[in-house]
Amino acid sequence: MNMNMGAAAVQTSTMPRPTGAPAASQTPAMPRQAGAAFTEAKTEAADAELVFDINKLNLHYGSFHGLKDVSIRIERNKIMALIGPSGCGKSTFLRTLNRMNDLIPYVSIDGLVCFDGKDIYGRNYDVTDLRKKVGMVFQKPNPFPKTVFDNITYGPKIHGKKNRKQLDEIVERTLKEVALWDEVKDRLHKPALGLSGGQQQRLCIARCLAVEPEVILMDEPTSALDPVATLKIEELMDGLREKYTIIIVTHNMQQAGRISNETAFFLHGEIVEIGDTETIFSTPTNKKTEEYITGRFG
Amino acid sequence: MRQNRFVEKSIEKLLFVAAAIATISVALITIFVFRSGLPAMSGYGFANFLFGADWSPGNGEYGILALTAGTLAVTFLALLIGIPTGVCCAVFLAEILPKRAAAVFKFAIELLAGIPSVVYGFFGLIVIVPIISEHVLPLWQRVNPDAQTTGLSILAGGFILAVMILPTIVSISENAISSVPQDYREASLAVGANKRETIVRVLIPAAKSGILASIILGMGRAIGETMAVMVLTGNVAMLPKGILDPVATLTGTIAMEMSYAGPTHQEALFGVGIVLFVIILILNLAAQAIARKMGAVGRE
Amino acid sequence: MNRKLGDISFYGIVLILSLATLAILIVIIAYVMRQGLPHISWEFLSQSPEHMGREGGILPIIVGTVFVTLLALAIATPIGVGAAVFFAEYSKEGRVVQVIRTFTEVLAGIPSIIFGLFGFAFFVVFMQMGWSILSGGLSLSLMILPTIIRSTEESLKTVPLSYREGSLSLGATKWETTVKVVLPCCRKGILTGLILGIGRAVGETAVLYLTIGGSIRIPTSLFDPARTMSMHMYMMTAEGISREKSFATAALLIVIILIVNSIANFISNRMKGAQ
Repeated sequence: MNMNMGAAAVQTSTMPRPTGAPAASQTPAMPRQAGAAFTEAKTEAADAELVFDINKLNLHYGSFHGLKDVSIRIERNKIMALIGPSGCGKSTFLRTLNRMNDLIPYVSIDGLVCFDGKDIYGRNYDVTDLRKKVGMVFQKPNPFPKTVFDNITYGPKIHGKKNRKQLDEIVERTLKEVALWDEVKDRLHKPALGLSGGQQQRLCIARCLAVEPEVILMDEPTSALDPVATLKIEELMDGLREKYTIIIVTHNMQQAGRISNETAFFLHGEIVEIGDTETIFSTPTNKKTEEYITGRFG
Repeated sequence: MRQNRFVEKSIEKLLFVAAAIATISVALITIFVFRSGLPAMSGYGFANFLFGADWSPGNGEYGILALTAGTLAVTFLALLIGIPTGVCCAVFLAEILPKRAAAVFKFAIELLAGIPSVVYGFFGLIVIVPIISEHVLPLWQRVNPDAQTTGLSILAGGFILAVMILPTIVSISENAISSVPQDYREASLAVGANKRETIVRVLIPAAKSGILASIILGMGRAIGETMAVMVLTGNVAMLPKGILDPVATLTGTIAMEMSYAGPTHQEALFGVGIVLFVIILILNLAAQAIARKMGAVGRE
Repeated sequence: MNRKLGDISFYGIVLILSLATLAILIVIIAYVMRQGLPHISWEFLSQSPEHMGREGGILPIIVGTVFVTLLALAIATPIGVGAAVFFAEYSKEGRVVQVIRTFTEVLAGIPSIIFGLFGFAFFVVFMQMGWSILSGGLSLSLMILPTIIRSTEESLKTVPLSYREGSLSLGATKWETTVKVVLPCCRKGILTGLILGIGRAVGETAVLYLTIGGSIRIPTSLFDPARTMSMHMYMMTAEGISREKSFATAALLIVIILIVNSIANFISNRMKGAQ
C-alpha cells in the first residue's frame, strides 16, 4: 500500500523511460502534471493525501539559476529525503517550501508551489501561517538564548496561547515526543544553551512540534551531531512519521536509506531522479545517481 | 491575519521614521542656522564677512578672518602635536602591547575621550596657562625679547586640544592598523624585515586611509571644540603673529558673545556658525568617503 | 648597526609618546581629584549655591543635570534603538537608505556649538519653548542620538542569523522576532550605548549653554530653566567665582565619568566573554 502511494505521488518522475536517458529529457512531460495539479486543488477530497505539489519551480539568485524546473509532489505522513552534492540546490529547494528564501535579497522565484492546494507564493498568502504549518529544523541546533521552557512555548505564545496550564501541557507533550522529557524535566527553567548538541537539536524539534505543524522541513539536522545523537534523532523521525510529513535534506546516504520513503536526487539545481527510496538505492535508472549513491562523486 | 500584516507594515514605517529623524535633524539644523545667519552675511557682504580682518561687533564690523585664523592656528598646533602622538599610541596599542595591557591602555584612551571639555579647559587654565607665562615665556624672550603673554594663547589652546583629539586619532588609527591582513606582516617578516621595518614600511602605509580618516575626524573635533578653547585662547579677535599670542576662535566667539549679542550681532554669530558648519560638513564627508574607500579595498 | 639605531629611536619615540599620553591622563585626573575631592562634602551636594556659587552647594545643579540627561535619554533611546533596528533588520540597500545613513554620520560629526545654535534658533525661539530643560534636553537628545544608534546597531549585528531563522520558521513575524528574540540578545549593547550617552550628556556644555538658561534654582518643570554641572563649572571658571567650588564640581564630574566608563567597559567585556 505504502509503496503504491509512493509510486503514485512521483508518477511522472518515475515514468518508464529508456534507462540512462538524460534527466533533462523529462521536462517536456511536466506541463501535463500542471493541469493535474489544478484539478486536484478543486477536488480536494480525491487528493487529501497530497501536501506539497510543486510544479516547474525555477529560482534565480541574481543571475545564478539555482533551481531549474523542479517538480515534486509530496504526500502526507511520508519522509522524503533530498540528496545530492553540495551546492546542488537541495537546501535552497527546502527553503522555498516555507519561504525562508524571502530573507535573502535578489532571489526571484517562478513556478507553482502549492501547499494544501494553495499557491504559497500567491499574492495574499500569509507567510506566518505557512511557517506555522510548515516547521523547520536547521543544520546547526539554534535554540534561543532563553530557558528550555521559553524555547518551546515561544511559538505557541506567538500564536496566541497564553494559558499557563495549556503551555505546561505543550512543553511536556512535545518533550516526550522527542524523548527529551526525562533528561530535562528538572531543568525546564534553565538556559537551553546549557544542553548538549544532540539535546539542543531535539529541543529545536520539540520547539517546532509545539506549534503543531503539518510538515517538518529538516535541513541536514544531524550533520553537526555525533553518531549517538544522530541515531537518536533518526529513531525520533521514524516515530514522527505517523503524525507529520517530513522533508529532509541530508548528506548522509545511509541516513536517507534508513529513514525515508522517497528520495529525490538533485544535481546542478535539477532533479535527476526521484522515486521510491528502495528503488533509487538498489536500481537507480540514472548513471549520475548511481555514481553519487555509490560514492563515486560529490 | 490581514490585520497582522497591516501592523507589520505600520511598524516598518515607524522604524523608517525613527531612522529618518537624524536626517531630518540635519536638514532642520541646516535650514535654521542658514536662515538665521545668511541675512547678516549678505548684509555685510559675503567677501567682507569671510575675509574682513576686523571683528568688532560694537562698531558694526563683522569680518571673521581673525576668527578663522585663530581656529586654524589652534587646530594646526593641535594636529602637529596630536598626529604623531596619536599614531604612535595606535602603533603601540595595535602592534606592541600584549592584549591585556592593550585593554588597559584602551580604557585610558576612552577615559581621555570622556573627560568633559570644561574640565580640560579648567585644567589648562589652572595648570598650563601659568606654566606658559612663567616658564615658556622667559625661554621665548631669549629669542624675542619683546614677547609678552598672559599665557592665554594659541599654545595653551592647541596643547589641550591635542590631548582632546587624541582619542579620535588613536582609536580609528588603531582599528585601521589592526585590520591590516596578517599576510602582510608575514610577507614582510619573511623577506627579512624586522618588526619596526614592518610597521613603518608595510603596516602604516597599508593603513594610511584609516589613519587619514582619523586625522580628518580629529581635525573636525578640534575645529568644533568650544568650551576648552574658549577658556584658554584669550578670545582676542586679532590676527596672531606668534604662538604665544591670544586668539579668538569661531566656536569660542559664538559661545562667548551669544549671550549678550544684539539682533544684528546675533545674526552675524549665526553666520559664523554657517562657516563652521560648512567646514565640518566638508571634513566629515571627506572622512566618510575615505572610510568607505578603505572598506571597499578591505573587502576585495 | 644602523638598523639597531633605527629600532631604538623608533621604539623610544613610540614608548615616550604613549607614556606621555598616559601620563597626561593621570595628571589631569589626579590633579583635579586632589584639589577637588576635599571640597566635596554632604553640604556641597545637598545645599543650594549662595552668592552665585561662591558659597554653598550645587544641589539644584545636580538636579538640573539629572533632569536634562534623563530627558535627553528618554527622547533619544526609543528613536535611536528604532533607527538601529531599521538599519540592521529592515533596510534594504538602496539610495534612500544610503542617504539617511550618510546623514546619520554627518549628525555625529556636527560640533556641539552648532547644536547649541540650532537649539536656540529652533526650540528656544521658533518653537517658543524658551530657555528651559525641554529645549536643552531636546537639543542634547539630537546630539547623543548617533551614539545610541551606532552602539545598538553594532550589537544587533552580533546576533546570529540562526536565531532570526529559528523564530521566523515558527511563524513569528519580523517584528515579533525582533522584539522577542533579537533585541533581548542586545540588552547589554543597548545599555552600553545609553551609558555612553549619559557620559556625553553629563559632560556637555556648549549645547546647553545656549538652550537651557542657567538658573541656579531647583527646576520644578520641563519649562523651567536650569544649569548643569559642566555649565556651572564653566560659569564659575569664566567669571572667576570660586576656584574651590570649581575644583569640587570638576572632581564630581570626573568621578561620574569614571563610573560611567567603567560600567560601559565592564558590560562590553562581559558581552565579549559571553559569546
